[in-house]
Amino acid sequence: MSIFIDKDTRLLVQGITGRDGSFHAKQMMAYGTQVVAGVTPGKGGQQFENKVPIFNTVAEAVKKTGANTSVIYVPPAFAADAMMEAADAGLSLIVAITEGVPVLDMTRVYPFVKDRHLRLLGPNCPGLISPGKSNVGIIPGRICMQGNVGLVSRSGTLTYEVVYQMTRAKIGQTTCVGIGGDPINGTNFIDCLAAFEKDPDTAAVVMIGEIGGTDEQEAARFVKEKMKKPVVGFIAGQTAPPGRRMGHAGAIISGSAGTAAEKMQAFEDNGVGVAKRPRDVVDLLKRAMR
Amino acid sequence: MTRTADNPHPVQLPLFEVPDLRHKIGESVNIHEYQAKEIFRKYGIPIPPGEVATTPEQAEAIARKFGSTVVVKAQVHAGGRGKAGGVKLAKTPEEARSVAAQILKLTIKGLPVQKVLVTPAADIATEAYAGIIVDRATKRPVFIASPAGGIDIEEVAAKTPEKLLRHPIDPRYGLQPFEAMQLAFFLYSDFKQARAAARILSQLYKAFIENGGSLAEINPLVTTPTGEVLALDAKMVIDDNELDRRPDIAALRDESAEAPSEVEAREASLTFIKLDGNVGCVVNGAGLAMATMDLVKYYGGDPANFLDIGGSSNPEKVVSALKIITEDPNVKAILFNIFGGITRTDDVANGIVTAIKENPLRVPLVIRLTGTNEEIALKILDEHKLSAMTDMDEAVQKAVALATGGKAA
Repeated sequence: MSIFIDKDTRLLVQGITGRDGSFHAKQMMAYGTQVVAGVTPGKGGQQFENKVPIFNTVAEAVKKTGANTSVIYVPPAFAADAMMEAADAGLSLIVAITEGVPVLDMTRVYPFVKDRHLRLLGPNCPGLISPGKSNVGIIPGRICMQGNVGLVSRSGTLTYEVVYQMTRAKIGQTTCVGIGGDPINGTNFIDCLAAFEKDPDTAAVVMIGEIGGTDEQEAARFVKEKMKKPVVGFIAGQTAPPGRRMGHAGAIISGSAGTAAEKMQAFEDNGVGVAKRPRDVVDLLKRAMR
Repeated sequence: MTRTADNPHPVQLPLFEVPDLRHKIGESVNIHEYQAKEIFRKYGIPIPPGEVATTPEQAEAIARKFGSTVVVKAQVHAGGRGKAGGVKLAKTPEEARSVAAQILKLTIKGLPVQKVLVTPAADIATEAYAGIIVDRATKRPVFIASPAGGIDIEEVAAKTPEKLLRHPIDPRYGLQPFEAMQLAFFLYSDFKQARAAARILSQLYKAFIENGGSLAEINPLVTTPTGEVLALDAKMVIDDNELDRRPDIAALRDESAEAPSEVEAREASLTFIKLDGNVGCVVNGAGLAMATMDLVKYYGGDPANFLDIGGSSNPEKVVSALKIITEDPNVKAILFNIFGGITRTDDVANGIVTAIKENPLRVPLVIRLTGTNEEIALKILDEHKLSAMTDMDEAVQKAVALATGGKAA
């Protein structure tokens, strides 16, 4: 098994005719993801790559194709509306790739999505992949390998780095989830850890964090209190100067709360294996699963 | 902390995330006090008059016009202006000129003072605090109010948390009148003053939302001996993701108050932070960029910068990135660490080739590149006698060795 997406995922792409949307729609189709619909207002009735029907609205696309998951590539100014449109159309999972969504927009999107009881992943995230089954987002499929380790990360490219190191060492994955680096996002570490704990095929979990906030510390406590499966982790930003925001709006070192040292300590205190370098994740996993 | 049926009243809580507030100021778009005051005035928040001077003579003329004791305040993006000597009283226009001359010579936390605000001194009976931030924990805008204003709110939170009210607002409904009154009665027991304060808080919330704020703050909110409620100071920080749809706010950005290399990077849509080391780093993605810096340090080197070229990169971004990094004389080696996802590695390779053609490098270059369109990228580099590595650790070790003349690694 896997978490959140699998062979039955029927994907709808919002912004399928844009530069990023079209490029990654093709990549996802080549990977074997069931891309069943695209949405671009004004282009309803057309086809993408002579295969995928395009609709004007998400509601229409869901009605006609039975899509159950949406991935969003629309520009930041329209992303909040796209997320709400998807949430209102009765999908079960929405993956927002868009970077640069204003945080005040997200304060309105979050309760709207919660009221409709579905999962939002992102925004500003790389999406997720269940290797060999389905790929939703922008994670390069060829660096992944089917296996029994779950991965959850706040970063995009750093996720690729760790997955790449794992795959090179023949450690496959059930699902890799990028939750995104923004201060307000739909899915957090604990949501993913809980899903991995329940998934019978996942034997161990990797958690990739960053400086800023207290999500990793809370996740570490969750591991100790609620999980039986081994978890190992890495924190980026060990050398970041205090008080500087490094690209991710979430990565703000705030005095004593949110430094890499503090997060690594929380990992250690709660039985989460701590990797000093990304590549050390591999050895920690091998030891944990022995 | 969320308002629920079981817990309908806002609760008093220590502000455990207070430091976030301080660092937000410095990291998003700062605007000056006088600019924040102009915005707040538009929303009808009572603020004493004031004018900006860039010379001591202008300060004197403004003071003469007001005809009263004035306060001269440095306009810089730094906290603790008072302690640094950047806020001074002047009883006469001549004195205003001399204190303005002193303040305009100051450098506060590395930032030279280029402007002062001259404003009539107010008689103060009490000082309170009112502010709004976006809070990660509740995922809402949160009001912070304290009857102990005029000092660092972080200090109030640490020493007297009972004097601090933290109240999340449901952004779907906005600040309701009864909530504004609850907050206002926490500040003032006098009904007239509470009513005036509630109006100010409602307008502050409106200004915060309508201008894309990540912070809006009045410290101090004062009462005068005659019972008026006034905002004596104003601070606003804007979420930089809001600027594309708010050109009027973007125009308020004072680039002379920021480091030139960081301004240049922003214009090229790069995220750049200058550091003190000698290994220049060009990376895609913030997480990988931080992990690369960490690894440089791990192998005995020192990163010269944080630089994230972001996703969807075009070759021009890479050209700008190399230009900014090579402007730093400390840089002894340059390391590219690119893991292509949404970033196409052939775009990066083209950028490197173009940049080197325009400006031959004076320091060695180490390229690590893998992911989307990797085969095309390697071919482009090969045609220009450049090579790339695929392993991050090996690439970092090589860059550190080159930067330190082979002493580390």
